[in-house]
Amino acid sequence: MTTLMLNRRSLLAAGGSVLATGVSGRLAPAFAQGVAPTRSMPGGANNYRKGAAIVDRIGKGGFWMSGTVRRAGDGAPLGGQRIQIWAHTTEGQEHEPQSHGATLTDKDGRFRLEMPQIIPIFGQPHGHLAYDSGEFETVFLRPVMRSAKDKSLEAHFVLQPA
Amino acid sequence: MASVRVALIWAALVAAICVPIALAMTSDLLKWRGTVYILAGFAGIFALGLLLVQPLLIAGYLPGFSAYRARRAHHWTGGALVTAVVVHVGGLWITSPPDMLDALTFASPTPFSPFGVIAMWAIFAVALLAAFRRRLGLRRFRIFHMALAAVIVVGTVVHSTLIEGTMEMVSKASLCLLVFGAAIKVMADLVRRMRAASRGTGPARQSLSRM
Repeated sequence: MTTLMLNRRSLLAAGGSVLATGVSGRLAPAFAQGVAPTRSMPGGANNYRKGAAIVDRIGKGGFWMSGTVRRAGDGAPLGGQRIQIWAHTTEGQEHEPQSHGATLTDKDGRFRLEMPQIIPIFGQPHGHLAYDSGEFETVFLRPVMRSAKDKSLEAHFVLQPA
Repeated sequence: MASVRVALIWAALVAAICVPIALAMTSDLLKWRGTVYILAGFAGIFALGLLLVQPLLIAGYLPGFSAYRARRAHHWTGGALVTAVVVHVGGLWITSPPDMLDALTFASPTPFSPFGVIAMWAIFAVALLAAFRRRLGLRRFRIFHMALAAVIVVGTVVHSTLIEGTMEMVSKASLCLLVFGAAIKVMADLVRRMRAASRGTGPARQSLSRM
């Protein structure tokens, strides 16, 4: 998930580049930062338990959480990154240890972990994911399922060095 | 014939509130929830139901109550509403403190949370207002109460409509429509009567004293 950040600095930079190159000039240099880092979502860290074990599957499975991890700027895939996943499922509440697990990304920066079916909690069927290993800045995500009947959910990370 | 009408009105009211509660009790989600969370959820549904009773009571639409008794019942139901909201919020706090904290501080990712929190504060404000209603004066009390009631009804209806929870969709939508409709009808009537009373027409003044 990428969000367009419009702060004073980027606005000045963009405005300055427009002035410097003229309206017909190339505007690309103002946005040469490339792939923007993913920001933590509100509520993303709720009921987080640091240091969940790397597992082949959380509980009995039946539901797939997947996604990608890339580097901010050039967007290069990041392999071997630890992603922690937790949710309120058919096998436990969000804060309970059996609802938590972690997995590593492959060389293409992809991860995929089987877990029990996520069910709506606090009014929305949603999962939680965290990158919290130190090398890059910590990111907490809280993706929402389109339907509570979905059997899978995706979340994507773009990390920036810590 | 009149008694049949009375029975029908009460049966309709009981059904409007109890059918959604009964259907929520059959929800699959309950299997995976703890007792406190279940209690908190049903306190919310019950509070939504009480929002239908409140305007009907105070406007005298519920047969079998004298004006005095209807007003007393409106006060007691108001107290029950405050209690239900406290159980709802308290139970959710126990279930997941960080999620409840996000909601109360308007930092929640869920779009329905702020509507619920605003409705909660408006409910508490009405309770406080009711305690000081003599000092406020009746006219001023009515205007404040009506404004807050509008906030409560809109906030609660939006809150419950956006939630994906134990309530069955059709019964939830019906109850929300009834709550909304009853509030609009009673407020429109009251506004009309207050306007007539301020113009000083006799009968309107009399009917106002009932509210």
